Amino acid sequence: MSTLSPERRFELERHANAVRRSIIESLLAAGSGHSAGSLDMADVFTALYFEVMRHDAARPDWPDRDRLLLSAGHICPVRYAAMAHAGYFPLEELRTLRKLGTRLQGHPERTRLPSLETTSGPLGEGLAQGVGMAYAAKLDGNDWRVYVVTSDAEHQAGLHWEAAMVAGKYGLDRLVCIVDRNFIQIDGDTEAVMPLEPFRAKYEAFNWRVWECDGNDMGDVVDTLRRANATPGKPHAIVARTIPGKGVSFMENDFLWHGKPPKKDEADLALAELQAAYEKIGVPA
Amino acid sequence: MTTTLPSMHLVDYRAATGLQQVPTRNGFGEGLVEAAQRDPRVLALCADLVESTRMQAFRDAFPERFVELGVHEQMLVAMAAGLASAGKVPFVASYAMFCPGRAWEQVRTTMCLNETNVKIAGAHAGVSVGPDGATHQAIEDIAIMRCIPNMTVLVPCDAVQTRKATLAAAALDGPVYIRFGREKSPVITTEDTPFEIGRAQVFRDGADVAIVACGILVQNALVAADELAREDGVHCLVLNNHTVKPLDAASVIAAARRCGAVVTVEEHQVAGGAGSAVAEVLAEEYPVPIRFVGVRDRFGQSGTPDELIELYGMGVRSIKEAVRTVVRRKR
Repeated sequence: MSTLSPERRFELERHANAVRRSIIESLLAAGSGHSAGSLDMADVFTALYFEVMRHDAARPDWPDRDRLLLSAGHICPVRYAAMAHAGYFPLEELRTLRKLGTRLQGHPERTRLPSLETTSGPLGEGLAQGVGMAYAAKLDGNDWRVYVVTSDAEHQAGLHWEAAMVAGKYGLDRLVCIVDRNFIQIDGDTEAVMPLEPFRAKYEAFNWRVWECDGNDMGDVVDTLRRANATPGKPHAIVARTIPGKGVSFMENDFLWHGKPPKKDEADLALAELQAAYEKIGVPA
Repeated sequence: MTTTLPSMHLVDYRAATGLQQVPTRNGFGEGLVEAAQRDPRVLALCADLVESTRMQAFRDAFPERFVELGVHEQMLVAMAAGLASAGKVPFVASYAMFCPGRAWEQVRTTMCLNETNVKIAGAHAGVSVGPDGATHQAIEDIAIMRCIPNMTVLVPCDAVQTRKATLAAAALDGPVYIRFGREKSPVITTEDTPFEIGRAQVFRDGADVAIVACGILVQNALVAADELAREDGVHCLVLNNHTVKPLDAASVIAAARRCGAVVTVEEHQVAGGAGSAVAEVLAEEYPVPIRFVGVRDRFGQSGTPDELIELYGMGVRSIKEAVRTVVRRKR
């Protein structure tokens, strides 16, 4: 049984659904961007912003906030959407994604929008910076946590494993690396492009604790994050299995949607499907 | 006859003996400890080169503020960016060839675009690394650092100035690259010599040719200037251009205006280096004949530092030849 009450779970699922609709709308307005990964991480970002993380939208520079780093910067539409729904900025601003002068750059820039924590996009770089932050927190005796959201394919980058090695050496147990395990990358299936399995054995060999969950099951995501946070001693890798394009049937599991946005008719279809799903949340089948 | 400016408080660099020889990296080691004493936010991170980069004194004095990362040059920069985001002032050190050499994209993204307060100490720069050979001789680092927005690039001329540059870097809020060498080199400045980031220094006055130099070759430039005065009656102004970025454009232009010809001197590729920075300003603001003393599109090799400086055209003789060339072009 999940630690979430059914009512709370439905509430979070509605938030995640709304985040997905905002992703579709902002990508349509932008005319470019990454659909599949943005959609599949909507549940994780909702869980973090609405349930698990210590943060305050009114105080993005609160020193004791948990740090959320999006290493896979290309799926920033999901982060921007979750932030807007969590009250960091008006929902209308999501339509400025990727446009001249926007705070919502095509890949996230910390100096333009408070609380992004890092500037990201070049892959394999987020965990390294998260390790620096977690190390500083440990040095100063602070209790805030560092969450780093990574793509599965960026685990092909050497720097990521340098960072994993350092986190293991120093036992940074307030560091949580979430892996969006959706098996797709631009050139195709991750296991064909450059095999990543076994994730568990790799991380364990670097002295990490490894957790697995269904990244599109709100109860499982929240429970897994909580279990990791309650377990001291080692840094945490949460391998979240996700369905790329989750929530929009014609995008699901199709790697061609990794790096492109919906056109108008496709967006209309997607929004209608998400709206229908929204109305069914909490309704007995 | 002396033409060095008294306000610069230089030692007598012409003395054949008695000139103190100290590697510039020693100045970094001293400056780092002093910076840490002044500011509790200062940390040091190293990639398996503690002794070479002169971080051992810091490690001994502040073990809890020292992070050993092993052979992790990209991590060095990216982790430091994370530490800086959490309020620390991290210094990272390796050989310049590996950091910033191997970590360029991390420098660009996590330090400069991200505007984090990280300081990179690049040791073993230049062909004067000597016997280790081309793989370990960074002669492209100034070029790849100065082209990134928000970066400050410091190339101090001796160990005493390197100590001051280290302290100034710690006090500056923003990304800094400090370059220094492996070999012992003459100490030409003193405790009383001023140092300010972004302010070039006229070490010697003259009205015929301005030699704009940086790093350990400043001493060669001064010696060349003296010999030219004696042998040719050509009087050179020598500008110590320790801050390659932000370049002290006003001082460079003033020197070009006073002399009407410029020679730049650096232990680095001519392409994209400190001389290029000078040429960019002069081409736009005050075009004069110019020659570049530096490495001309070649890699280094094993040898003694003196042999290599000579072979790659950066010795006193090469500086004099460059000055004579621009003097002819003035007329």
